[in-house]
Amino acid sequence: MTAEVIAVSDSEVVPERFQPVQERGQRAVFCGLTSIIWLHRKIQDAFFLVVGSRTCAHLIQSAAGVMIFAEPRFGTAVLGDRDLAGMADCHDELDRVVAQVLARRPELKSIFLVGSCPSEVIKLDLDNAAGRLGRVYEGQVRFVSFSGSGIETTFTQGEDNCLASLASDLPTDTTAEDRLLVVGTVPDIVEDQFRRLFTQLGIGQVDFFPGSQSTDLPAVGKNTKMLLAQPFLGETLRALESRGATLLPAPFPLGAEGSEAWFRAAANAYGVAEEKQAEVLQPPLQRARAALGKYRTELSGKSFSMLPDSQLEIPLARFLARECGMTPKEVGTPYFDARVMAEEVPLLPSGVDWVEGQDLDPALDRVRAAKPDLTVCGLGIANPLEAEGLRTKWSIELLFTPIQGFEQAGDLAELFARPLRRERALEVGSWS
Amino acid sequence: MELTLWTYEGPPHVGAIRVAASMRGVHLVLHAPQGDTYADLLFTMIERDGKRPPVTYTTFQARDLGASTAEKFLNTLQAAYDHHKPSLLLVADSCTAELLQDQPGTLAETAGLPVPVVPLEMAAYSRKENWGASETFYHLVRAVLSAQRNSEEKPADQGSSNRRRTVNLLGPTKLGFRCRDDIQEIQRLLQSVGIGVNVVAPLDADINDISRIPEADANVCLYPEVALTTCTWLERNFGQPVIRTVPLGFGATQDFLAELAGVLQVDISAEAVADCRLPWYSRSVDSTYLTGKRVFVFGDGMHAMTCARVAQQEMGFEVVGLGTYSREMAREVRAMAKELGLDALITDDHMVVEQAVSELRPELVLGTQMERHIAKRLGIGCAVISTPAHVQDYPARFSPQMGVEGANVLFDTWVHPLIMGLEEHLLHMFRDDFEFNDHAAPSHLSHGEGTLMAVEDNNVVPIVGVHWEDGAEKELKKIPFFVRGKAKRNTERYAEERGLTAIDIETLYEAKAHYSR
Repeated sequence: MTAEVIAVSDSEVVPERFQPVQERGQRAVFCGLTSIIWLHRKIQDAFFLVVGSRTCAHLIQSAAGVMIFAEPRFGTAVLGDRDLAGMADCHDELDRVVAQVLARRPELKSIFLVGSCPSEVIKLDLDNAAGRLGRVYEGQVRFVSFSGSGIETTFTQGEDNCLASLASDLPTDTTAEDRLLVVGTVPDIVEDQFRRLFTQLGIGQVDFFPGSQSTDLPAVGKNTKMLLAQPFLGETLRALESRGATLLPAPFPLGAEGSEAWFRAAANAYGVAEEKQAEVLQPPLQRARAALGKYRTELSGKSFSMLPDSQLEIPLARFLARECGMTPKEVGTPYFDARVMAEEVPLLPSGVDWVEGQDLDPALDRVRAAKPDLTVCGLGIANPLEAEGLRTKWSIELLFTPIQGFEQAGDLAELFARPLRRERALEVGSWS
Repeated sequence: MELTLWTYEGPPHVGAIRVAASMRGVHLVLHAPQGDTYADLLFTMIERDGKRPPVTYTTFQARDLGASTAEKFLNTLQAAYDHHKPSLLLVADSCTAELLQDQPGTLAETAGLPVPVVPLEMAAYSRKENWGASETFYHLVRAVLSAQRNSEEKPADQGSSNRRRTVNLLGPTKLGFRCRDDIQEIQRLLQSVGIGVNVVAPLDADINDISRIPEADANVCLYPEVALTTCTWLERNFGQPVIRTVPLGFGATQDFLAELAGVLQVDISAEAVADCRLPWYSRSVDSTYLTGKRVFVFGDGMHAMTCARVAQQEMGFEVVGLGTYSREMAREVRAMAKELGLDALITDDHMVVEQAVSELRPELVLGTQMERHIAKRLGIGCAVISTPAHVQDYPARFSPQMGVEGANVLFDTWVHPLIMGLEEHLLHMFRDDFEFNDHAAPSHLSHGEGTLMAVEDNNVVPIVGVHWEDGAEKELKKIPFFVRGKAKRNTERYAEERGLTAIDIETLYEAKAHYSR
């Protein structure tokens, strides 16, 4: 079983080159504001205040599926005609809205002022506003600003900007001790699993960034070693490096293979003996491979295309090709960050049509012509492709579901297997 | 700047997309940054549309700002035309593009495309979705009909009084509330009384249909939020009368037919609505328990007003609150609220609505998706009557709100969240039974929806300084759980108003007599 999981030998999968075609046409991606949906669930004492338009407010609630079960810890200060008339007014207005938020939610410890397309076009200086408000509420509420605007960010880049901005607020670590910093939002259950494994490996001081409390920020310094848990954190990486931290190069912890390599990158950096690494990592690795074995039967030989969406496309294509035996056709990614993807590229299969950026109509025509067994795409496109007879997996679920680490490897494969299983199960409609 | 946690309406350009997506052969080129493409999912996920809405977004980015966004717009316009070959192009800015002042409308008009181009001004910083839909429909109709009026002769007078009368049904759109089914039901109704439907628009209409609008004898303004501006313009320019009664509810459907008969000068038999079941269902004895149920109504202007009438006159409820987020309809809603002895709640702030609902403590909420969540939090039954709505409000089955079958659907839908008549009676009789305890939910509701007491206990702040004596407290527990919270509150209020510090059994029953209706 073990040997069977990684059936494609290394010599076959190293691409002769990775040169994506660049496209600069119509995009069908969310903007960075969408990151707020998972960031606010993770950082539990923070409020995300978008300074923008009704479109921004509508986008977030639509992407969140109108989940109004509690008063949300995010909102939009909607700009009106009056605000656009004079800039001096805008800062007073923002102060008033912030006071309104804090009156409703006095328990808040942080407010993120999130820039949007309109706030950037009118050059509303939110850094300045965050500084001013930080002084007003000194000792009570931290103010941090970042941009989630669609003219600057796509989807997951919102988290990158948020964490990059927060990086300068991290306390400086002055100790001589090594610290491991896991960077990128992961669900709490994944965080707990990761902590247990690091502890078993004997890696003592481990921080997760972001954590659940914005008041409890991890210290960072020249003894900080970083592991990226998410593949969209290029700016955050550079910001933390400027604080003295060093990156532990690793593939992303997706699938059994990615998770093993990720933990080994940390273990090797900490000088953990090979026997110890094997002793700790083998049991979860075997479980992950066993879980994947079942899905490999279902997925092997099936083809897939991915439309650019979350930056997860490259590690996911690697996972689906190497561990599930699937055949990638075209894989698009919003942008390519060579530094962040350095350890993924050598693992990528050959014969894939890589695309960076997007031009929607031609891309959809190519999907129609290629007729992959599964197309991974955004919510707006999934049903139209289904109606044309193609099977799809909406990509936003990959951000909302625990998919990282050994114990989730099977769950990750399940997300791709389910649409295909549904096709086999249903005897109505016209997928065939 | 206005703090918005959840919004009832999207921005105006979403209204423009709704009109474009409703029609055939119409394509919208929207000057907008990436991210604004989220609007696609409203159609493909909430309404399960099998096609992307016919929109091409320019998706400009920071690097395009400056000289090249206008060029990007023109390239996108040409590519959209080449790829989709529409018979008419709409052109608009989203909120961000409005700030760039690239004037895409002017650019597009001079681009030399071989199809009509209709520029739209969406006023993103002062207006909202329904206004955007209304403006788009109006400008589209005006553009098509003005071009035609200049090039063609007026249609010949259609004279004869025996001629079959026809009307247009205007206003239904994608992402409207039950528009698909309402149109089918109203078409059936009109057919049954011998009136023809000339054009339905925007839903499923093409440009040729739009050009035939003036051929009808009158325009039915089915969804005033979207169609009233257009109907008024058509009345002024083509002399087409507007039928303003929206046939939502049994009485309104009768009134609608009466208005049609008057305007079109035809006889319409009352038999047309005779097979509606709502009147009998409402009169049958099981419905006695519906009497005076306190109902809170909130939605777009048209649905709020029509549903309030049904609630009051046809279900025998008591409307205790009425409001709308449609500022364009504020005057009419205020007038109706006044007739009901209420102050209308005109707001697009759902927190204000939540406050009103929690203060009024109605037994049923008729509202939007927002009120559904508010009601769920407060443990109150709710039926959705208006957009914004979620995927479950676009049902597979035929489920109109308008006309004869619509009235039947309203009866069923609104009664369902309430405890059934006979069941309420049984609950009362067997309240001490081991299976009928305070925490057992009504059998027809899923787990967690019927736990009124839990909600009462958590949410109701007791009035301080009023003490319940043991006897009174025991007596209170004998009151069925689903009205106990109200009884407790009323009694405490009664005691407080009279300066009493302790509540005994006498106080409890005095309060009951005081508040009994």
